[in-house]
Amino acid sequence: MPATVTPNRVEPDRRHHLEDHDNGSGRRPPTDKRTGGGGDNDNWDRSRGNYGPRERLRRARMGVFFAIASDLMFFVAIVSTFFVNQSTGHINVYNQYVNDWTPTAVPRILWFNTLVLLISSLTMEMARRQMFREHDAMDEWLGLGKPITRRTIPWLIATIILGLAFLAGQWTAWRQLAAQHVFFRTNQSSHFFYLITGVHAVHLFLGIAILIAAFTGLYLSRQLETRQIIVDSASWYWHAMGLLWIFLFALLAFCQ
Amino acid sequence: MTLPNQQVLSPKLYTRLFTTDHRIIGLQYLALALFSVTIGTLLSLVMRIHLVWPTWPLPLHGLILPEDYLAVVTLHGTIMLFFVLTTAPQAGFGNLILPSQLGARHMAFPVLNALSFWTTAAALITLLSSPLVPNGAAISGWTAYPPLSAVAAAGPGQGLGMDLWLVSISLFALASTASSINILTTIIRNRCPGLTWDRLPLTVWGWFTAALLSLIAFSVLLAALLLLFCDRHCGTGFFVPTGDLVNGVLHRGANGSPLLWLHLFWFFGHPEVYIAILPGMGLTSMLLANFSRRRPFAYRTMIYTTLLIGLLGLLVWGHHMFVSGLNPFASSAFSVSSIAIAIPATAKVLSWLATIWRAKPQYTTAMLFSLGFVSLFIAGGLTGPILAQPILDQYLNNTLFVVAHFHLIMAMAGVFGLFAATYYWFPQISAALGKPNLILSESLGRWHFWITILAAYAVFLPMHLSGLAGEPRHYAQLTTGSLTPTTALLARTIPANLHTTYSAFVLAAAQLLFFYNLVRTLLRGTPAPENPWQSTTLEWHPQFTNPFFPLPASDEETEKIIVYRDPCHYHAPPSGTIFIPQWMPDASIDPKPE
Repeated sequence: MPATVTPNRVEPDRRHHLEDHDNGSGRRPPTDKRTGGGGDNDNWDRSRGNYGPRERLRRARMGVFFAIASDLMFFVAIVSTFFVNQSTGHINVYNQYVNDWTPTAVPRILWFNTLVLLISSLTMEMARRQMFREHDAMDEWLGLGKPITRRTIPWLIATIILGLAFLAGQWTAWRQLAAQHVFFRTNQSSHFFYLITGVHAVHLFLGIAILIAAFTGLYLSRQLETRQIIVDSASWYWHAMGLLWIFLFALLAFCQ
Repeated sequence: MTLPNQQVLSPKLYTRLFTTDHRIIGLQYLALALFSVTIGTLLSLVMRIHLVWPTWPLPLHGLILPEDYLAVVTLHGTIMLFFVLTTAPQAGFGNLILPSQLGARHMAFPVLNALSFWTTAAALITLLSSPLVPNGAAISGWTAYPPLSAVAAAGPGQGLGMDLWLVSISLFALASTASSINILTTIIRNRCPGLTWDRLPLTVWGWFTAALLSLIAFSVLLAALLLLFCDRHCGTGFFVPTGDLVNGVLHRGANGSPLLWLHLFWFFGHPEVYIAILPGMGLTSMLLANFSRRRPFAYRTMIYTTLLIGLLGLLVWGHHMFVSGLNPFASSAFSVSSIAIAIPATAKVLSWLATIWRAKPQYTTAMLFSLGFVSLFIAGGLTGPILAQPILDQYLNNTLFVVAHFHLIMAMAGVFGLFAATYYWFPQISAALGKPNLILSESLGRWHFWITILAAYAVFLPMHLSGLAGEPRHYAQLTTGSLTPTTALLARTIPANLHTTYSAFVLAAAQLLFFYNLVRTLLRGTPAPENPWQSTTLEWHPQFTNPFFPLPASDEETEKIIVYRDPCHYHAPPSGTIFIPQWMPDASIDPKPE
């Protein structure tokens, strides 16, 4: 029987992230505040290039930024298809060049939905800002309760409710159009109406899933920094979708 | 002692397979690409055999019908373009090498990285399952032009086979977008202290530009795939023209345009070929410099030309559409922008030649493959400005001339870049597998190089001539059938085709040498010294090449990776050539006189 070699680990391996300024003895507090002493060795803000307590947050933000940029290209492609299709005609049996684009009248409720989405962006921003109150962050880092989570949760719930209200509003708009016998396959304009609102709704649906994940994360994650990152990323995504909707809505309402 | 790549050495299969360690993910990508390139090569051999011996029955299948041939063309193109030339240089070597060239220990988002890989694997499985469904795989080529791709009744394989193609490429587009987000964020945020933008190796600039292009291009492809899916299943007609008659069925309702698909597809498709080649260009610059013991000629200009090629790559998609009914004025504009690419491309070639000019380079296998890259890049590039002229393209676009052009400049040059990378970075590959510093056999490598480059030219140079003689591409059969002037014309290309087929077999057989070299070295190789090529870039820092190097106990020691200078610093004092790695502080080279 072969000898079994068991490595004798005196200390259990600690998971620590060197790049995130964690040397195994705990991380620096996730604030921009200058803490620590004025001496050389305990100054947490000395210049270290890309190393510091905010590094993970900035990295995550950059990732979200690139994801949004690529998503923007996705919508640019669809919107340019819209314009091409709108201005394209064809030659009919009488050899005439005709363009039978018939605009889809935008249901009134979309105005209301737009307003709801704008307000949800405001509540999301409030939730995001609660995550970065330095006073509370220091309290929480020192173990004095979870003031940040407590303050953020109501705003996050408000955003989720408003987001669901927007989706319900979009559903109503589709139902209203369907009642007028305008379906996805009815005509070119309706293709685009359903496609653009549908694809945007899928994005918002994903956004609500992210918000629920952030909500869960606020309870489950012990690292304040991780919680900040989840809420911050979710909020930039949410803002981007809100801004995008304004453009898409303007396109559908005024450019048909 | 904590090992930096503990996950690598972990005995648990699950931990090793679903790891978030970027080097293992890089190896997984490379393994996926190696598997794909084997299948793609076998498919190309099937095509070559069928073109010269049309009655040869494919084992386990039988006679190759025209639709089978088109399915093989489609699979070959899709596998090679997406799963080899996009995956291996960008995601494979990008994961394996990029973080250590930045002095970083991780990619920015390790979990996203693993997700990208497994999504890519799912995409490949989806694509490879498409020949097994009823009516077989899609037949509309890797470009999937409608209405052939938009109407299920257009041909065999355009039903479920085409749907699987759409699903596969959509998954691939998502995975590539995620992967490029990761690469861009890593390059911008995870550089080690001292690694400023102008100290980045040119390989990193190649990956950076290619990632920017993926980010922009793949989401447009995804939108186009979504629209095509709606055309197939939701009753829309974005790409189907009014009154289109497909297989006896008149399509009335739609008012779309196949040209629209071409615009969207090639807006992705042209940047895609630069995604495939830019990492190879960066590597070539660095390898030529390293083995010539010189700094790449006009380093800063090389950074700008890389970015400029990327930018121009986004503006030239129309040159794929000269014969598709594009407005002639638009053709002229696209022609000008396409020919403009010759300027940064020529600047690159000049820099490569100037770097090795009278440098008495060290001809290692990696260097030979880099020189091969330059040679193929020039040979394939010279036909670029010809094809970029609408008038000439009218004649040449649907002939083998185009096949020769893009196989030389993209496929062969891309693969040579991959070979150079494999020979050069093999110590890194073996280190990621837990056996540090193995190098591939140089003598086998030399045989591999010479046979491969001669066979590659033997395959693709004659295609220029048969293309000029009018041999069309995508045709399953050239000469059988009724005797028409066309068949008489094409009968003349048969000798050239035979030559190409034989050469293709030699080219494929030469790769067995490479496989043998890989396996032999991994099983029985002896470790080489650290930094065997005397390179200056950070991936050869002892902390990255040696998996048994102890992880620094504290933050302070992590910071010991600091970059002090540009890459490629070589001195030639009388005592012999010395090289100064990027991480070496000045004091340790020439201590100041007391």
